[in-house]
Amino acid sequence: MSNDVTSGATAHLDLPTDDVHVSATTPRRSGLRWLLLAAGLVVALALPWFIYPPIAMDIACWALFAISLDILLGYCGLLSFGHAAFWGGSAYCTGLVAVHYGVPFPVAVLAGMLFAMLIAVPIGYLSVRATGIYFAMVTLAFAQMIYFIANQWRDVTGGENGLQAVPKSFFGIELVETESFYFYYAALPMILLGMWAAWRIVHSPFGRVLVAIRDNAPRARALGYDVETYKVVAFVLSAGLAGLAGGLFAISHGFVSLQEVNWTTSGKVVLMAVLGGIGTLWGGVVGAGFIVVLEDYMASSGFEGIGIVTGSVFVVVVLLFRRGIWGTLAHHLGRRRQAGTRD
Amino acid sequence: MAMNELLQYTIQGLAAGSFYALAALGLAVIFGVLGVVNFAHGACYMLGAVVAAVLQDTLGLGFWPALLVVPVLLFLFGVVIERLLVRWLVGLDPLYNFLLTFGLTLLLVDLVKRQYGVSGLPYERPEVLTGQIEVGGVGLPIYQLFVFGFSLLICALVWLLMTRTRVGMIVRAATERSDLARALGINVGRWVTPVFGFGIALAGIAGVLAAPFRAITADMGSNFIIILFAVVVIGGLGSIVGAVVAGFLVGLVEAFGQAYAPTYAQIMIFVLMAVVVLVRPAGLFGREEAAR
Repeated sequence: MSNDVTSGATAHLDLPTDDVHVSATTPRRSGLRWLLLAAGLVVALALPWFIYPPIAMDIACWALFAISLDILLGYCGLLSFGHAAFWGGSAYCTGLVAVHYGVPFPVAVLAGMLFAMLIAVPIGYLSVRATGIYFAMVTLAFAQMIYFIANQWRDVTGGENGLQAVPKSFFGIELVETESFYFYYAALPMILLGMWAAWRIVHSPFGRVLVAIRDNAPRARALGYDVETYKVVAFVLSAGLAGLAGGLFAISHGFVSLQEVNWTTSGKVVLMAVLGGIGTLWGGVVGAGFIVVLEDYMASSGFEGIGIVTGSVFVVVVLLFRRGIWGTLAHHLGRRRQAGTRD
Repeated sequence: MAMNELLQYTIQGLAAGSFYALAALGLAVIFGVLGVVNFAHGACYMLGAVVAAVLQDTLGLGFWPALLVVPVLLFLFGVVIERLLVRWLVGLDPLYNFLLTFGLTLLLVDLVKRQYGVSGLPYERPEVLTGQIEVGGVGLPIYQLFVFGFSLLICALVWLLMTRTRVGMIVRAATERSDLARALGINVGRWVTPVFGFGIALAGIAGVLAAPFRAITADMGSNFIIILFAVVVIGGLGSIVGAVVAGFLVGLVEAFGQAYAPTYAQIMIFVLMAVVVLVRPAGLFGREEAAR
C-alpha cells in the first residue's frame, strides 16, 4: 500500500556521524554527558537571574520547539516547514481553555498539546506520503490552511486582534501568577519533561527504527517495518512537543497572536534547529538561545528588518556551517577524542 | 444572470491563475534542471513588481518597456544568485537549497521593507488597459483579459522554445532524465545558470503583470509562494504542463471560492492539494519517479 513518491532517496544531510553515537557508550564519554547535563540544568535554573525572565521563558519554549522539529528533521530526515500549525494551534487551544475554564495553566497546556497531536494525525497521514522537498512544501501548505482557519474564525480566535488576556492560573499561588520570574520556575519542569521525552524518543528502539528509515527506507520496509506508520507516529509525537512549547509560550505571554500560526514561525524554528545543528537534538537549545537573544537585542536597539540579519545568518549557516553550532563542536570534540584514544 | 457571473469569475480566476501559472512554470523549469525548489520565487515575483514600480517612479519607464526590461534585470539577478550561492549546494540534499533560498527570502523581503516601507507603492497602468469590455451584457475588465492573454502567450512561447528548439530539447531531457542526458554526452551543467535566471525572469514577468493589479508591498510574495507550492504539488513538481494547468486551476478555485464562499476561498486550495496528495502523490501530471 505504499504510495511513496520516492523510494531509496538517500539523504545527504550533514548529520552527526554514527561513531559519535557508538563512542557515547564508553565510560569517559558518559562522564562528559553527565557533566553536560548538570551544566545544562544549572544554566536552565540560573537563566532568569541573568536574562529578563520573560525572555528566558521564550528561550525555553523555542528550545523545546526546535528540539521537537529536530526529531523529524534529524532523525526522520523530514523537514517540516509547517510546525507553526502545532505550536500555534496549541497556543490557541491552551489560551481558549485558560480563558474560558480558568484551569491551572499546566492543565490548559496539556489540552493544547493534545489538540496539536490531534490535528497532527491527518496532516501527518497526508504529508508522509511525500518525502524530501515535497514533504516540506506539503506541510507548509497545510500549516497555512490552519493559519487561514485561525484568521477566519474570528469569534473564537479573535482574528487579527489575537486572543487577549490569557490568565496564568496556578492553584492560587499569586507569585507565579503575577511575577514572570516565578512563573519561569513553575513552567520549567514541563519544558524539561518535554526535552527528556524527546531524548527518550530518539534513543529508544523506536528512534533507532526512525534513523533506519531515514537512512534507507526501502531496506527498513523490507525488514518488515511499516515505514509510513512510524513516520506518522514520529510526526504526531513531534507535534505534541511543539504543542507543549507553544502552549507554554501562550501562557507566558498572556496573549496569542496570528503570528504563532504563520509560516514565518515555522521558518524561525527551522532556522533555530539548523543553526544549532541538524540531528543533534540539544543543538536546538543553542539555536533558540542565539536567535531569541539576537531578536530581543535588535528589537530593543530599534533596528527594523530583523529578517535581514536572520536571513543572512541562515544563508551563511547553510553555505558554510551545515553542521550547526552544536554539530560542529561535537564533530571536533569527537575527532579529538578519537585521536586521543588512538594514542 | 448566472451565466454572466460565471463568465466574470472565470476571467477573474484565469487572470489570478496567470500569475501562478507563469511563476510555477519558472519554478518547474528550475526544479527540473537543478533539482532546486526555489523558496525565493515569491520574493522574485515581489521584486518584479517593486522594480517595475521603482523604474516608473524614477525613470518614468512605462508598463510596456517594463515588461521587457524587468525580466532581463531579474534574469541577471538570478544568474548572480546561482553563481554566488545556489551552485555550491546543488550536489547536496535539496533541502539545503530550500533553506538557503528561504533565508534569501527573509533577506530580500526585509530589505525591500526597509527601503520602501510597508505601505504599497503606486503604479499606473497604461490607458489602453483600463476600463471594461462589454461581452453579452457583462463588463469584463480589459486588464484581466490582457493578463490572461499575455501569460498564455508567454506559456505558448516557452512551450515552443521547449519543444521546437535544440536548447529546449536539452532542457527537457535534463528535466526528465538528467542522468541519461548526461550519458548521451549533453553538457547539462552549461545550462544550469541560464535556466535558473530564466525561471527567475518568469517570476519577474508575473510580478510586472501584477504591479498595476495588486498592492505592491514587500509582503506580496509571502502568501504567493505558499499558494505556488500548492500549485506545483497539484500539478506535479517535475512537470511543465502540470505547472501551467494547475496554476490556472488554482486561480479559478480561488476566484469562484471568493465569489461564493469567501470564508473558505483560501482553504479550498489546500483541500484540493490534500486530495491530490491522497489520490496522486506525484501530482496530476507528475510521473511517480519524477518527483525526487
